[in-house]
Amino acid sequence: MPELDAVPPPMGRRTDVEGTAGEVLRADTLVKRFEAVAAVDGVSFSVRRGEIFGFLGPNGAGKTTTINLLTGLARPTAGSVFLEGEEYTHRPKTAQAMMGIVPDESNLYEELSGFENLTFCAALYGLGKRQREKKAGELLEQFGLAQTGKRLFKAYSKGMKRKLTIAAGIIHEPKILFLDEPTTGIDVASARQIRILIGDLNRRGTTIFLTTHYIEEAERLCHRIAFIVNGKIIRVSSLDELMQAHQQETILQVSMEMEMEMEMEDPGLPAALRVQFPEYSILNRDERSLQVVSKGHIELLPLLRFLSTQGVKVTEAKLVRPTLEEVFVRVTGIEIERMKQEREGGKK
Amino acid sequence: MNARLAFWAIVRKDMKTYYLKPPNLSWGLIFPFAWMLMFYLRSQTSLDIRALLPGVVAMSVLFGTTSMLAVTITFERRSRSFERLLLAPLDLNLLMLAKTGGAIVFGALNALLPILVAAFLVDLSTLNWPAVVGSILLTAAVSTFLGLFISVAVKEVFEAQTFSNFFRFPMLFLCGLFIPVSSLPVFLRPLSYLLPLTYGTDILKAAINREGILPLWVSFPVLLIFTVGLFLFSLHNIQRKWVL
Repeated sequence: MPELDAVPPPMGRRTDVEGTAGEVLRADTLVKRFEAVAAVDGVSFSVRRGEIFGFLGPNGAGKTTTINLLTGLARPTAGSVFLEGEEYTHRPKTAQAMMGIVPDESNLYEELSGFENLTFCAALYGLGKRQREKKAGELLEQFGLAQTGKRLFKAYSKGMKRKLTIAAGIIHEPKILFLDEPTTGIDVASARQIRILIGDLNRRGTTIFLTTHYIEEAERLCHRIAFIVNGKIIRVSSLDELMQAHQQETILQVSMEMEMEMEMEDPGLPAALRVQFPEYSILNRDERSLQVVSKGHIELLPLLRFLSTQGVKVTEAKLVRPTLEEVFVRVTGIEIERMKQEREGGKK
Repeated sequence: MNARLAFWAIVRKDMKTYYLKPPNLSWGLIFPFAWMLMFYLRSQTSLDIRALLPGVVAMSVLFGTTSMLAVTITFERRSRSFERLLLAPLDLNLLMLAKTGGAIVFGALNALLPILVAAFLVDLSTLNWPAVVGSILLTAAVSTFLGLFISVAVKEVFEAQTFSNFFRFPMLFLCGLFIPVSSLPVFLRPLSYLLPLTYGTDILKAAINREGILPLWVSFPVLLIFTVGLFLFSLHNIQRKWVL
């Protein structure tokens, strides 16, 4: 993903939650059916105070429906939701006062200025005139929009719009902030700024529920991650737990050049390797590299000899640590390429 | 949570971003003015102007409110900014009253224009003013809530316009504005009494020319029932369709 490759991470990998004191949000066996289809099917998890909780899954997995259930925009067929220990499943208005919600599209008012949009959103949460104007000014400053506060929202760039939408989501100082795909569809620099802002907000104590297509983004920002596939949560773990479970494996990444015609796609070279070395898992990364995964150690020499007999010239072989992307693929069984294609499709 | 602040913020925002925008403002002025000109130019006497006034006022209110609200809400739903309101900690009834409040005020202001012009041409001192004001406000409210009902039924802005006309034009001909209800074919008369505008027009006719066919104590409650009923029915539809 070029956008993320181009920028350094805004912070180190988050491994702990500072100041943790219980859960802020809890979903208890949530079910949402649309006629015969279960869009969300028995989803349970909790979000701890002060953490960034990542919610990952491909399109159609049930992310948006889950967010709608959590924010009160939809009512579950079964199950319950709790905020600060209080159930709000069918009466979400009190809970909504404690939530900040930033949708995947910047949905502020085009005909209002940045400042007016912020004060309007603050008024929706009952902030008085003096208080909302003070907060709006502070947030414009904090988000680097002070110079453009009087400009109409429709004249903002996509990145500025997204920043202002996030500012509108936190103007009433919510207990939890829902961020739905906050960096999708914006330029590299703006995406980087937004990731830094998310990190800053969290360091100031805001609990964040983050959905993203960018697995690397989740890896850099989130304390814990839930994977949702086909409406079911298949894993909720801290990043460390998730990565450690897969770090006992040895992964050899082999880069190569073909000296003769050889299909990298199954059932070509990877299939031949699987037959020759059944004790290893073979994953093809692209046309010129593959990964050999083993629970134990990997015998390099027989592997290189075999590749040579297949007309393959190995240019590099190195041991690598699994990325979250690879862990995601193994945990969910979902090809990352499919997610990327969906993401690109979504942008268009 | 101060709901009053949120309520007025929504009304003010809608007035600023939609109703008081130059195109809408000019539409709100031009439309009643065009109606007036069309009818008054044909009028030969001051009596004619008074006779035409209830119809022009009723049409100005109807056209100033119905499609305006339907279009603005549909537009906000398309841009997802309406979602922001649904997610605010504001009771749905109050939220929808705030959203419709601006349109009701706009519709009532539209009705003032023909009255102001008529005031220069004929003596309006004998009008039953409380009934005129009450009728204008209730007709504006019921027309706005008709717009709300339409906005829940459609997804696209152009559909809101089309659907508005589907209701408005038959209503114009059946509510006694151009053709007295008593002159309508017998089989159409029951339909006429199913339309809220019939009662609004009848109150105006009674208040301006003492020509109403129903007593005010009947027309006002019926119009009020239509207003409250349409609002509650729209709220029910919103709960069913927008809060999934």
